[in-house]
Amino acid sequence: MGKTLIEKILAAASGEKEVRAGEIVFARPHMILSHDNSAAISKIFFDMGAKKVWNPSRVFIALDHAVPPPDWKKAQNHKIIRNFVEEQGIENFYEAGTGICHQVLPEYGHVIPGVVILGSDSHTTTHGAFGAAGIPIGRTETASVWALGETWLKVPETIKIVLNGRLQENVYPKDVILHVIGRLTADGASYKAVEFHGDVVRSMGISGRMTICNMAAEMGAKAGMVPFDDVAREWFDSLGITQYDIVLPDEDAAYEKVYEFDCSQITPQVAKPHKVDNVVPVSELGEVEIDEALLGTCTNGRVEDLRIAAEILEGKKVAKGVRLLVYPASRKVLEEALSLGIVEKIVKAGGEVAVPACGPCLGAYGGVLAPGERAVSSANRNFKGRMGCSEDTGIYLASPATVAASALAGRIVVP
Amino acid sequence: MILDGRIWVLDDDDINTDVIYPGKYTYEPFGPEEMAKHALEDFDPDFASKVEEGDIIVAGRNFGCGSSREQAVTSLKFAGIRAIVAESFARIYYRNAINQALVVIDCADASRFARKNKEKVHGSRARIDTENGRLEILGEEFSFVPLSGKALEIFDAGGLVEYTKRRLASS
Ligand code: SF4
Repeated sequence: MGKTLIEKILAAASGEKEVRAGEIVFARPHMILSHDNSAAISKIFFDMGAKKVWNPSRVFIALDHAVPPPDWKKAQNHKIIRNFVEEQGIENFYEAGTGICHQVLPEYGHVIPGVVILGSDSHTTTHGAFGAAGIPIGRTETASVWALGETWLKVPETIKIVLNGRLQENVYPKDVILHVIGRLTADGASYKAVEFHGDVVRSMGISGRMTICNMAAEMGAKAGMVPFDDVAREWFDSLGITQYDIVLPDEDAAYEKVYEFDCSQITPQVAKPHKVDNVVPVSELGEVEIDEALLGTCTNGRVEDLRIAAEILEGKKVAKGVRLLVYPASRKVLEEALSLGIVEKIVKAGGEVAVPACGPCLGAYGGVLAPGERAVSSANRNFKGRMGCSEDTGIYLASPATVAASALAGRIVVP
Repeated sequence: MILDGRIWVLDDDDINTDVIYPGKYTYEPFGPEEMAKHALEDFDPDFASKVEEGDIIVAGRNFGCGSSREQAVTSLKFAGIRAIVAESFARIYYRNAINQALVVIDCADASRFARKNKEKVHGSRARIDTENGRLEILGEEFSFVPLSGKALEIFDAGGLVEYTKRRLASS
Protein backbone atom coordinates (compact mmCIF):
# COMPACT_ATOMS: atom_id res chain seq x y z
CA MET A 1 0.00 0.00 0.00
CA GLY A 2 1.33 3.43 -0.95
CA LYS A 3 1.83 6.47 1.22
CA THR A 4 -0.10 9.70 1.51
CA LEU A 5 1.63 13.06 1.26
CA ILE A 6 1.54 13.69 4.99
CA GLU A 7 2.98 10.24 5.75
CA LYS A 8 5.93 10.99 3.48
CA ILE A 9 6.46 14.50 4.76
CA LEU A 10 6.32 13.45 8.42
CA ALA A 11 8.71 10.58 7.76
CA ALA A 12 11.22 13.02 6.29
CA ALA A 13 10.70 15.57 9.07
CA SER A 14 11.24 12.98 11.78
CA GLY A 15 14.15 11.21 10.12
CA GLU A 16 12.26 7.91 9.91
CA LYS A 17 12.33 5.64 6.90
CA GLU A 18 8.59 5.36 6.87
CA VAL A 19 5.70 6.24 9.11
CA ARG A 20 2.03 5.32 9.08
CA ALA A 21 -1.15 7.08 10.14
CA GLY A 22 -1.66 6.65 13.89
CA GLU A 23 2.02 6.63 14.82
CA ILE A 24 3.45 9.35 17.03
CA VAL A 25 6.63 10.96 15.75
CA PHE A 26 8.92 13.76 16.81
CA ALA A 27 8.96 16.15 13.86
CA ARG A 28 11.49 18.88 13.20
CA PRO A 29 10.07 21.90 11.36
CA HIS A 30 11.61 23.66 8.38
CA MET A 31 10.23 26.83 9.94
CA ILE A 32 8.27 27.68 13.07
CA LEU A 33 5.88 30.59 12.57
CA SER A 34 4.40 33.02 15.06
CA HIS A 35 3.15 36.62 15.06
CA ASP A 36 1.99 39.13 17.68
CA ASN A 37 1.59 36.17 20.02
CA SER A 38 5.40 35.87 20.10
CA ALA A 39 5.59 38.05 23.24
CA ALA A 40 3.38 35.61 25.13
CA ILE A 41 5.31 32.68 23.67
CA SER A 42 8.62 34.20 24.76
CA LYS A 43 7.31 34.42 28.31
CA ILE A 44 6.47 30.71 28.32
CA PHE A 45 9.84 30.03 26.70
CA PHE A 46 11.68 31.66 29.58
CA ASP A 47 9.34 30.01 32.13
CA MET A 48 10.53 26.72 30.68
CA GLY A 49 14.04 27.66 31.70
CA ALA A 50 15.13 28.03 28.09
CA LYS A 51 17.75 30.65 27.27
CA LYS A 52 18.40 30.46 23.53
CA VAL A 53 16.21 29.33 20.66
CA TRP A 54 17.52 26.09 19.19
CA ASN A 55 18.11 27.62 15.77
CA PRO A 56 17.55 31.34 15.00
CA SER A 57 17.44 30.67 11.25
CA ARG A 58 14.38 28.44 11.65
CA VAL A 59 12.27 30.91 13.60
CA PHE A 60 9.88 33.13 11.66
CA ILE A 61 8.02 36.04 13.24
CA ALA A 62 5.83 38.61 11.46
CA LEU A 63 3.96 41.40 13.24
CA ASP A 64 0.47 41.49 11.77
CA HIS A 65 -2.35 41.06 14.27
CA ALA A 66 -2.47 44.63 15.64
CA VAL A 67 -0.88 46.86 13.00
CA PRO A 68 -0.44 49.71 13.57
CA PRO A 69 -1.02 49.10 17.28
CA PRO A 70 -4.30 50.71 18.36
CA ASP A 71 -3.20 51.28 21.96
CA TRP A 72 -0.06 51.37 24.08
CA LYS A 73 -0.42 47.84 25.38
CA LYS A 74 -0.34 46.41 21.89
CA ALA A 75 2.54 48.73 21.00
CA GLN A 76 4.39 47.44 24.03
CA ASN A 77 3.65 43.89 22.95
CA HIS A 78 5.45 44.62 19.67
CA LYS A 79 8.32 46.18 21.57
CA ILE A 80 8.77 43.05 23.68
CA ILE A 81 8.91 40.99 20.47
CA ARG A 82 11.47 43.29 18.83
CA ASN A 83 13.68 43.01 21.91
CA PHE A 84 13.36 39.25 21.90
CA VAL A 85 14.22 39.08 18.19
CA GLU A 86 17.27 41.26 18.75
CA GLU A 87 18.51 39.36 21.79
CA GLN A 88 17.99 35.93 20.18
CA GLY A 89 19.31 36.90 16.76
CA ILE A 90 16.12 35.64 15.07
CA GLU A 91 16.85 35.75 11.35
CA ASN A 92 13.37 35.79 9.85
CA PHE A 93 11.68 38.74 11.50
CA TYR A 94 9.24 40.91 9.54
CA GLU A 95 8.24 44.29 10.85
CA ALA A 96 4.68 45.53 11.20
CA GLY A 97 3.43 46.55 7.77
CA THR A 98 5.21 43.80 5.83
CA GLY A 99 2.03 41.77 5.86
CA ILE A 100 0.13 38.85 7.32
CA CYS A 101 2.35 35.98 8.49
CA HIS A 102 0.83 33.40 6.11
CA GLN A 103 1.45 35.67 3.12
CA VAL A 104 4.90 36.87 4.16
CA LEU A 105 6.33 33.42 4.91
CA PRO A 106 6.00 32.08 1.35
CA GLU A 107 6.67 35.47 -0.29
CA TYR A 108 10.09 35.65 1.30
CA GLY A 109 10.95 32.08 0.42
CA HIS A 110 10.52 30.41 3.80
CA VAL A 111 8.52 27.46 2.54
CA ILE A 112 9.67 24.73 0.17
CA PRO A 113 7.85 21.58 -0.92
CA GLY A 114 7.93 18.47 1.25
CA VAL A 115 8.72 20.11 4.59
CA VAL A 116 6.83 20.73 7.82
CA ILE A 117 5.92 24.30 8.70
CA LEU A 118 4.73 24.51 12.29
CA GLY A 119 2.85 27.62 13.28
CA SER A 120 1.30 29.14 16.34
CA ASP A 121 -1.70 30.18 14.30
CA SER A 122 -4.63 28.04 13.25
CA HIS A 123 -4.34 29.02 9.58
CA THR A 124 -0.84 27.64 9.23
CA THR A 125 -2.57 25.11 6.97
CA THR A 126 -2.21 27.79 4.23
CA HIS A 127 1.32 26.57 3.46
CA GLY A 128 -0.03 23.33 2.09
CA ALA A 129 -0.55 25.27 -1.14
CA PHE A 130 3.18 24.78 -1.76
CA GLY A 131 3.26 21.03 -1.35
CA ALA A 132 4.41 21.34 2.27
CA ALA A 133 2.56 20.43 5.46
CA GLY A 134 1.50 23.53 7.41
CA ILE A 135 0.53 22.30 10.86
CA PRO A 136 -0.97 24.61 13.49
CA ILE A 137 0.13 24.18 17.12
CA GLY A 138 -0.47 26.12 20.33
CA ARG A 139 1.64 28.74 22.06
CA THR A 140 3.11 26.49 24.72
CA GLU A 141 4.06 23.98 22.04
CA THR A 142 5.65 26.76 20.02
CA ALA A 143 7.72 27.79 23.03
CA SER A 144 8.76 24.18 23.42
CA VAL A 145 9.72 23.97 19.74
CA TRP A 146 11.78 27.17 20.08
CA ALA A 147 13.61 25.44 22.93
CA LEU A 148 13.91 21.88 21.63
CA GLY A 149 13.54 22.15 17.85
CA GLU A 150 10.92 19.42 17.66
CA THR A 151 7.48 18.44 18.82
CA TRP A 152 5.34 15.32 19.01
CA LEU A 153 2.79 14.80 16.28
CA LYS A 154 0.40 12.02 15.56
CA VAL A 155 0.56 11.03 11.90
CA PRO A 156 -3.00 11.73 10.72
CA GLU A 157 -5.21 9.80 8.34
CA THR A 158 -5.80 11.59 5.05
CA ILE A 159 -9.00 12.63 3.34
CA LYS A 160 -8.72 13.05 -0.42
CA ILE A 161 -10.90 15.75 -1.92
CA VAL A 162 -11.17 15.64 -5.69
CA LEU A 163 -12.43 18.84 -7.28
CA ASN A 164 -13.45 18.17 -10.86
CA GLY A 165 -15.19 20.18 -13.56
CA ARG A 166 -14.90 23.80 -14.65
CA LEU A 167 -15.78 26.80 -12.56
CA GLN A 168 -18.51 29.13 -13.76
CA GLU A 169 -17.43 32.66 -14.50
CA ASN A 170 -18.43 34.29 -11.22
CA VAL A 171 -17.23 31.37 -9.11
CA TYR A 172 -13.86 31.45 -7.35
CA PRO A 173 -11.72 29.18 -5.16
CA LYS A 174 -13.42 30.69 -2.09
CA ASP A 175 -16.83 29.55 -3.34
CA VAL A 176 -15.45 26.07 -3.95
CA ILE A 177 -14.00 25.70 -0.46
CA LEU A 178 -17.12 27.14 1.19
CA HIS A 179 -19.18 24.60 -0.72
CA VAL A 180 -16.87 21.78 0.37
CA ILE A 181 -16.99 22.89 4.03
CA GLY A 182 -20.78 23.10 3.83
CA ARG A 183 -20.83 19.46 2.77
CA LEU A 184 -18.10 18.08 5.02
CA THR A 185 -19.06 20.29 8.04
CA ALA A 186 -16.89 22.13 10.56
CA ASP A 187 -15.42 18.92 11.96
CA GLY A 188 -15.51 16.92 8.74
CA ALA A 189 -11.72 16.68 8.64
CA SER A 190 -11.00 16.85 12.37
CA TYR A 191 -7.51 15.48 13.21
CA LYS A 192 -7.08 14.57 9.52
CA ALA A 193 -4.85 15.74 6.72
CA VAL A 194 -6.59 16.81 3.53
CA GLU A 195 -5.19 16.42 0.02
CA PHE A 196 -6.79 18.47 -2.75
CA HIS A 197 -6.78 16.89 -6.20
CA GLY A 198 -8.63 17.27 -9.51
CA ASP A 199 -8.81 19.52 -12.59
CA VAL A 200 -10.06 22.53 -10.69
CA VAL A 201 -7.08 22.39 -8.34
CA ARG A 202 -4.56 21.76 -11.09
CA SER A 203 -5.73 24.82 -13.01
CA MET A 204 -5.87 26.95 -9.88
CA GLY A 205 -3.08 29.49 -9.30
CA ILE A 206 -1.07 29.64 -6.08
CA SER A 207 -3.36 32.33 -4.69
CA GLY A 208 -6.47 30.15 -4.99
CA ARG A 209 -4.61 27.18 -3.56
CA MET A 210 -3.65 29.27 -0.56
CA THR A 211 -7.34 30.14 -0.10
CA ILE A 212 -8.50 26.51 -0.06
CA CYS A 213 -5.64 25.31 2.15
CA ASN A 214 -6.21 28.26 4.50
CA MET A 215 -9.83 27.25 4.94
CA ALA A 216 -9.06 23.56 5.41
CA ALA A 217 -8.58 24.70 9.01
CA GLU A 218 -12.33 25.40 9.14
CA MET A 219 -13.05 21.69 8.62
CA GLY A 220 -10.77 20.91 11.54
CA ALA A 221 -7.92 19.68 9.32
CA LYS A 222 -4.42 19.27 10.72
CA ALA A 223 -3.05 20.12 7.29
CA GLY A 224 -4.58 20.92 3.89
CA MET A 225 -2.30 20.26 0.95
CA VAL A 226 -2.04 20.53 -2.81
CA PRO A 227 0.57 18.12 -4.19
CA PHE A 228 3.50 19.82 -5.90
CA ASP A 229 3.10 20.39 -9.66
CA ASP A 230 4.12 22.76 -12.46
CA VAL A 231 2.09 25.65 -11.05
CA ALA A 232 4.07 25.38 -7.82
CA ARG A 233 7.32 24.92 -9.73
CA GLU A 234 6.76 28.14 -11.65
CA TRP A 235 6.04 29.97 -8.45
CA PHE A 236 9.29 28.74 -6.85
CA ASP A 237 11.20 29.51 -10.04
CA SER A 238 9.93 33.09 -9.93
CA LEU A 239 11.47 33.42 -6.47
CA GLY A 240 14.70 31.80 -7.60
CA ILE A 241 14.15 28.80 -5.30
CA THR A 242 15.34 25.60 -6.96
CA GLN A 243 16.80 23.56 -4.10
CA TYR A 244 14.14 21.25 -2.77
CA ASP A 245 13.01 17.63 -2.82
CA ILE A 246 9.74 16.93 -4.55
CA VAL A 247 7.47 14.80 -2.38
CA LEU A 248 4.30 13.41 -3.91
CA PRO A 249 1.59 11.05 -2.62
CA ASP A 250 1.65 7.54 -4.10
CA GLU A 251 -1.00 6.61 -6.66
CA ASP A 252 -2.15 3.77 -4.39
CA ALA A 253 -1.98 5.74 -1.14
CA ALA A 254 -4.36 4.63 1.61
CA TYR A 255 -6.94 7.37 2.08
CA GLU A 256 -9.46 7.26 4.87
CA LYS A 257 -12.11 8.77 2.62
CA VAL A 258 -12.37 10.15 -0.88
CA TYR A 259 -14.87 12.88 -1.73
CA GLU A 260 -15.49 13.93 -5.31
CA PHE A 261 -17.13 17.19 -6.28
CA ASP A 262 -18.37 18.34 -9.66
CA CYS A 263 -17.48 22.00 -9.35
CA SER A 264 -19.22 22.97 -12.60
CA GLN A 265 -22.46 23.00 -10.63
CA ILE A 266 -21.25 25.37 -7.92
CA THR A 267 -22.64 28.92 -7.87
CA PRO A 268 -21.38 31.76 -5.62
CA GLN A 269 -21.60 30.60 -2.01
CA VAL A 270 -21.97 32.30 1.36
CA ALA A 271 -21.42 31.01 4.91
CA LYS A 272 -24.15 32.44 7.12
CA PRO A 273 -23.70 33.35 10.79
CA HIS A 274 -22.40 31.98 13.10
CA LYS A 275 -20.84 28.82 11.70
CA VAL A 276 -18.50 28.37 8.78
CA ASP A 277 -20.35 25.28 7.56
CA ASN A 278 -23.68 27.11 7.42
CA VAL A 279 -23.27 27.46 3.67
CA VAL A 280 -25.91 28.29 1.03
CA PRO A 281 -25.78 29.63 -2.52
CA VAL A 282 -25.92 33.44 -2.51
CA SER A 283 -28.95 33.18 -4.79
CA GLU A 284 -30.91 31.44 -2.03
CA LEU A 285 -29.94 33.84 0.73
CA GLY A 286 -32.82 36.31 0.47
CA GLU A 287 -32.54 39.97 1.41
CA VAL A 288 -29.54 40.62 3.70
CA GLU A 289 -28.48 44.24 4.13
CA ILE A 290 -24.92 44.99 5.23
CA ASP A 291 -23.09 47.72 7.12
CA GLU A 292 -19.54 46.63 6.44
CA ALA A 293 -17.72 44.78 3.69
CA LEU A 294 -14.27 43.40 4.50
CA LEU A 295 -11.96 42.62 1.64
CA GLY A 296 -8.56 41.10 2.38
CA THR A 297 -7.07 38.90 5.14
CA CYS A 298 -4.87 35.83 4.76
CA THR A 299 -7.76 34.04 3.05
CA ASN A 300 -8.43 36.49 0.23
CA GLY A 301 -6.08 39.46 0.36
CA ARG A 302 -3.85 38.75 -2.61
CA VAL A 303 -3.47 40.62 -5.92
CA GLU A 304 -5.83 38.24 -7.70
CA ASP A 305 -8.52 38.88 -5.07
CA LEU A 306 -8.10 42.65 -5.12
CA ARG A 307 -8.10 42.67 -8.92
CA ILE A 308 -11.41 40.81 -9.14
CA ALA A 309 -12.94 43.20 -6.62
CA ALA A 310 -11.52 46.26 -8.39
CA GLU A 311 -13.00 45.20 -11.70
CA ILE A 312 -16.43 45.02 -10.10
CA LEU A 313 -15.98 48.34 -8.28
CA GLU A 314 -14.50 50.26 -11.19
CA GLY A 315 -16.40 53.43 -12.01
CA LYS A 316 -19.05 52.76 -9.35
CA LYS A 317 -19.65 53.86 -5.76
CA VAL A 318 -20.00 51.85 -2.57
CA ALA A 319 -23.63 52.02 -1.33
CA LYS A 320 -24.53 54.77 1.10
CA GLY A 321 -24.16 53.61 4.70
CA VAL A 322 -21.75 50.80 3.81
CA ARG A 323 -18.06 50.90 4.64
CA LEU A 324 -15.74 48.88 2.44
CA LEU A 325 -12.54 48.05 4.32
CA VAL A 326 -9.61 46.70 2.38
CA TYR A 327 -6.66 44.99 4.04
CA PRO A 328 -4.09 43.70 1.52
CA ALA A 329 -2.31 40.55 2.68
CA SER A 330 1.17 42.08 2.33
CA ARG A 331 3.17 45.09 1.28
CA LYS A 332 4.27 43.24 -1.84
CA VAL A 333 0.62 42.67 -2.70
CA LEU A 334 -0.13 46.33 -2.04
CA GLU A 335 2.79 47.48 -4.20
CA GLU A 336 1.71 45.31 -7.07
CA ALA A 337 -1.91 46.37 -6.70
CA LEU A 338 -0.75 49.99 -6.76
CA SER A 339 1.28 49.57 -9.91
CA LEU A 340 -1.58 47.74 -11.65
CA GLY A 341 -4.04 50.54 -10.86
CA ILE A 342 -6.11 48.22 -8.68
CA VAL A 343 -5.87 50.37 -5.58
CA GLU A 344 -6.98 53.47 -7.47
CA LYS A 345 -10.16 51.77 -8.64
CA ILE A 346 -10.97 50.58 -5.13
CA VAL A 347 -10.28 53.95 -3.51
CA LYS A 348 -12.26 55.88 -6.13
CA ALA A 349 -15.23 53.59 -5.51
CA GLY A 350 -15.08 54.58 -1.83
CA GLY A 351 -13.00 51.73 -0.41
CA GLU A 352 -10.84 52.42 2.65
CA VAL A 353 -7.48 50.83 1.93
CA ALA A 354 -5.52 50.04 5.09
CA VAL A 355 -2.01 48.90 5.96
CA PRO A 356 -1.27 45.24 5.13
CA ALA A 357 -2.33 43.38 8.29
CA CYS A 358 -5.13 41.30 9.84
CA GLY A 359 -7.40 44.28 10.57
CA PRO A 360 -10.87 43.55 11.95
CA CYS A 361 -10.63 39.86 11.01
CA LEU A 362 -9.94 39.00 14.64
CA GLY A 363 -12.07 41.75 16.11
CA ALA A 364 -9.36 43.56 18.00
CA TYR A 365 -9.16 46.85 16.08
CA GLY A 366 -9.32 48.50 12.68
CA GLY A 367 -13.01 48.38 11.78
CA VAL A 368 -14.91 46.29 14.32
CA LEU A 369 -18.69 46.04 14.16
CA ALA A 370 -21.20 47.89 16.34
CA PRO A 371 -24.14 46.13 18.04
CA GLY A 372 -26.79 45.24 15.51
CA GLU A 373 -24.42 45.55 12.54
CA ARG A 374 -23.81 43.00 9.85
CA ALA A 375 -20.82 42.32 7.63
CA VAL A 376 -19.94 40.48 4.47
CA SER A 377 -16.32 39.36 4.59
CA SER A 378 -13.71 37.60 2.50
CA ALA A 379 -12.10 36.18 5.68
CA ASN A 380 -12.38 32.64 7.02
CA ARG A 381 -14.46 32.81 10.21
CA ASN A 382 -17.94 34.04 11.04
CA PHE A 383 -18.16 33.05 14.70
CA LYS A 384 -20.26 35.19 16.97
CA GLY A 385 -18.28 38.22 18.06
CA ARG A 386 -15.37 37.40 15.75
CA MET A 387 -15.33 40.95 14.40
CA GLY A 388 -15.24 42.50 17.83
CA CYS A 389 -18.89 42.69 18.88
CA SER A 390 -20.90 39.82 20.33
CA GLU A 391 -24.12 41.72 19.61
CA ASP A 392 -23.51 41.97 15.90
CA THR A 393 -26.18 40.50 13.68
CA GLY A 394 -23.79 38.33 11.80
CA ILE A 395 -20.78 37.88 9.56
CA TYR A 396 -21.33 36.40 6.11
CA LEU A 397 -18.30 34.82 4.44
CA ALA A 398 -17.97 35.03 0.68
CA SER A 399 -15.58 35.48 -2.23
CA PRO A 400 -13.92 38.85 -2.95
CA ALA A 401 -16.25 39.22 -5.94
CA THR A 402 -19.34 38.75 -3.79
CA VAL A 403 -17.91 41.14 -1.17
CA ALA A 404 -17.31 43.84 -3.81
CA ALA A 405 -20.68 43.42 -5.52
CA SER A 406 -22.43 43.46 -2.14
CA ALA A 407 -20.59 46.63 -1.08
CA LEU A 408 -22.04 48.35 -4.16
CA ALA A 409 -25.54 46.99 -3.63
CA GLY A 410 -25.70 47.52 0.14
CA ARG A 411 -26.95 43.96 0.50
CA ILE A 412 -25.49 40.55 -0.28
CA VAL A 413 -25.82 39.84 -3.98
CA VAL A 414 -24.50 37.45 -6.61
CA PRO A 415 -21.47 39.05 -8.29
CA MET B 1 -6.63 10.41 39.31
CA ILE B 2 -10.23 10.47 40.58
CA LEU B 3 -12.25 13.62 39.92
CA ASP B 4 -15.64 14.36 41.42
CA GLY B 5 -17.31 17.59 40.36
CA ARG B 6 -20.44 19.49 39.53
CA ILE B 7 -21.52 19.34 35.88
CA TRP B 8 -22.12 22.19 33.48
CA VAL B 9 -23.92 20.93 30.39
CA LEU B 10 -23.01 23.19 27.47
CA ASP B 11 -25.68 22.00 25.09
CA ASP B 12 -24.16 22.78 21.71
CA ASP B 13 -21.79 21.47 19.05
CA ASP B 14 -18.84 23.42 17.63
CA ILE B 15 -18.37 25.58 20.74
CA ASN B 16 -15.48 27.61 19.36
CA THR B 17 -12.58 29.35 21.02
CA ASP B 18 -14.03 32.78 20.20
CA VAL B 19 -17.00 32.18 22.48
CA ILE B 20 -14.82 30.46 25.09
CA TYR B 21 -12.35 33.33 25.15
CA PRO B 22 -13.22 36.38 23.00
CA GLY B 23 -10.69 37.48 20.40
CA LYS B 24 -10.80 41.06 21.65
CA TYR B 25 -8.90 40.00 24.79
CA THR B 26 -6.31 37.78 23.16
CA TYR B 27 -3.67 40.47 22.87
CA GLU B 28 -4.35 41.99 26.27
CA PRO B 29 -1.54 41.02 28.61
CA PHE B 30 -3.95 39.37 31.09
CA GLY B 31 -2.76 36.95 33.75
CA PRO B 32 -4.64 33.66 34.12
CA GLU B 33 -6.92 34.92 36.94
CA GLU B 34 -8.00 37.84 34.78
CA MET B 35 -8.53 35.49 31.83
CA ALA B 36 -10.77 33.32 34.00
CA LYS B 37 -13.16 36.25 34.45
CA HIS B 38 -13.91 36.16 30.72
CA ALA B 39 -14.26 32.40 30.34
CA LEU B 40 -17.18 31.46 28.09
CA GLU B 41 -18.26 35.10 28.11
CA ASP B 42 -19.87 35.01 24.68
CA PHE B 43 -21.56 31.65 25.31
CA ASP B 44 -22.98 32.17 28.80
CA PRO B 45 -22.28 35.58 30.38
CA ASP B 46 -23.12 34.16 33.85
CA PHE B 47 -20.62 31.31 33.65
CA ALA B 48 -17.61 33.13 35.10
CA SER B 49 -19.49 34.32 38.18
CA LYS B 50 -21.17 30.97 38.90
CA VAL B 51 -18.45 28.44 38.11
CA GLU B 52 -16.82 26.77 41.11
CA GLU B 53 -13.51 25.08 41.73
CA GLY B 54 -13.70 21.44 40.63
CA ASP B 55 -16.56 21.84 38.13
CA ILE B 56 -16.74 19.66 35.04
CA ILE B 57 -17.96 20.67 31.57
CA VAL B 58 -19.91 18.31 29.33
CA ALA B 59 -20.32 19.55 25.75
CA GLY B 60 -21.11 18.33 22.26
CA ARG B 61 -19.10 17.71 19.13
CA ASN B 62 -15.95 19.53 18.02
CA PHE B 63 -15.44 21.42 21.28
CA GLY B 64 -12.82 24.18 21.02
CA CYS B 65 -12.80 24.57 17.25
CA GLY B 66 -11.51 27.72 15.63
CA SER B 67 -8.52 29.80 16.68
CA SER B 68 -5.60 28.03 18.33
CA ARG B 69 -5.59 30.44 21.27
CA GLU B 70 -4.53 28.70 24.48
CA GLN B 71 -6.39 31.19 26.64
CA ALA B 72 -9.46 29.14 25.74
CA VAL B 73 -7.90 26.39 27.87
CA THR B 74 -6.21 28.61 30.46
CA SER B 75 -9.34 30.66 31.16
CA LEU B 76 -11.44 27.56 31.86
CA LYS B 77 -8.70 25.93 33.93
CA PHE B 78 -8.25 28.99 36.14
CA ALA B 79 -12.01 29.45 36.38
CA GLY B 80 -11.91 26.14 38.26
CA ILE B 81 -12.84 23.64 35.56
CA ARG B 82 -11.11 20.31 36.26
CA ALA B 83 -12.25 18.31 33.25
CA ILE B 84 -14.04 18.69 29.95
CA VAL B 85 -16.04 15.82 28.52
CA ALA B 86 -17.15 16.17 24.91
CA GLU B 87 -18.47 14.10 22.05
CA SER B 88 -15.28 15.16 20.28
CA PHE B 89 -12.65 17.89 20.47
CA ALA B 90 -11.01 20.10 17.89
CA ARG B 91 -7.48 18.88 17.44
CA ILE B 92 -5.57 21.96 18.59
CA TYR B 93 -7.80 22.43 21.61
CA TYR B 94 -7.20 18.83 22.64
CA ARG B 95 -3.44 19.24 22.33
CA ASN B 96 -3.47 22.58 24.14
CA ALA B 97 -5.41 21.01 26.99
CA ILE B 98 -2.95 18.13 27.38
CA ASN B 99 -0.08 20.59 27.19
CA GLN B 100 -1.64 22.47 30.11
CA ALA B 101 -2.56 19.29 31.97
CA LEU B 102 -6.30 19.90 31.84
CA VAL B 103 -8.29 16.64 31.68
CA VAL B 104 -10.10 16.30 28.35
CA ILE B 105 -12.24 13.25 27.69
CA ASP B 106 -13.57 12.12 24.34
CA CYS B 107 -16.74 10.28 25.24
CA ALA B 108 -19.60 10.47 22.75
CA ASP B 109 -21.99 8.35 24.83
CA ALA B 110 -21.63 10.45 27.96
CA SER B 111 -21.99 13.65 25.96
CA ARG B 112 -25.18 12.47 24.27
CA PHE B 113 -26.61 11.18 27.53
CA ALA B 114 -25.91 14.46 29.33
CA ARG B 115 -27.38 16.58 26.57
CA LYS B 116 -30.46 14.43 26.28
CA ASN B 117 -31.10 14.61 30.01
CA LYS B 118 -29.83 18.14 30.31
CA GLU B 119 -32.36 19.30 32.94
CA LYS B 120 -31.33 16.54 35.34
CA VAL B 121 -27.64 16.37 34.52
CA HIS B 122 -26.85 20.08 34.67
CA GLY B 123 -25.75 20.77 38.23
CA SER B 124 -25.50 17.08 39.19
CA ARG B 125 -22.14 15.44 39.89
CA ALA B 126 -19.79 13.44 37.69
CA ARG B 127 -17.16 11.00 38.89
CA ILE B 128 -14.18 10.40 36.64
CA ASP B 129 -11.43 7.82 36.92
CA THR B 130 -8.83 9.11 34.44
CA GLU B 131 -6.47 6.15 34.69
CA ASN B 132 -9.04 3.46 34.06
CA GLY B 133 -11.16 5.43 31.65
CA ARG B 134 -14.40 5.36 33.64
CA LEU B 135 -16.98 8.09 33.99
CA GLU B 136 -20.23 8.15 35.97
CA ILE B 137 -23.15 10.54 35.55
CA LEU B 138 -26.48 10.05 37.41
CA GLY B 139 -25.60 6.43 38.07
CA GLU B 140 -24.89 5.74 34.38
CA GLU B 141 -21.42 4.36 33.64
CA PHE B 142 -19.43 5.31 30.57
CA SER B 143 -15.97 4.33 29.42
CA PHE B 144 -13.34 6.20 27.46
CA VAL B 145 -9.82 5.61 26.22
CA PRO B 146 -7.34 6.90 28.82
CA LEU B 147 -4.28 8.90 27.79
CA SER B 148 -1.16 6.97 26.96
CA GLY B 149 2.34 7.32 25.50
CA LYS B 150 3.89 10.73 24.88
CA ALA B 151 0.68 12.55 25.65
CA LEU B 152 0.47 10.90 29.08
CA GLU B 153 4.13 11.68 29.76
CA ILE B 154 3.48 15.36 29.09
CA PHE B 155 0.28 15.33 31.14
CA ASP B 156 1.99 13.60 34.06
CA ALA B 157 4.85 16.07 34.02
CA GLY B 158 2.21 18.71 34.76
CA GLY B 159 2.10 20.00 31.22
CA LEU B 160 4.45 20.86 28.42
CA VAL B 161 6.22 23.66 30.30
CA GLU B 162 7.37 21.26 33.00
CA TYR B 163 8.12 18.57 30.44
CA THR B 164 10.34 20.90 28.41
CA LYS B 165 12.03 22.15 31.57
CA ARG B 166 12.96 18.59 32.48
CA ARG B 167 14.26 17.84 29.02
CA LEU B 168 16.34 21.02 28.94
CA ALA B 169 17.70 20.26 32.40
CA SER B 170 18.70 16.74 31.40
CA SER B 171 20.37 17.73 28.13
S1 SF4 C 1 -6.00 37.59 8.68
FE1 SF4 C 1 -7.43 36.80 10.20
S2 SF4 C 1 -7.36 34.59 9.98
FE2 SF4 C 1 -5.58 35.41 8.91
S3 SF4 C 1 -3.89 35.31 10.41
FE3 SF4 C 1 -4.85 37.34 10.57
S4 SF4 C 1 -6.41 37.16 12.17
FE4 SF4 C 1 -5.85 35.09 11.52
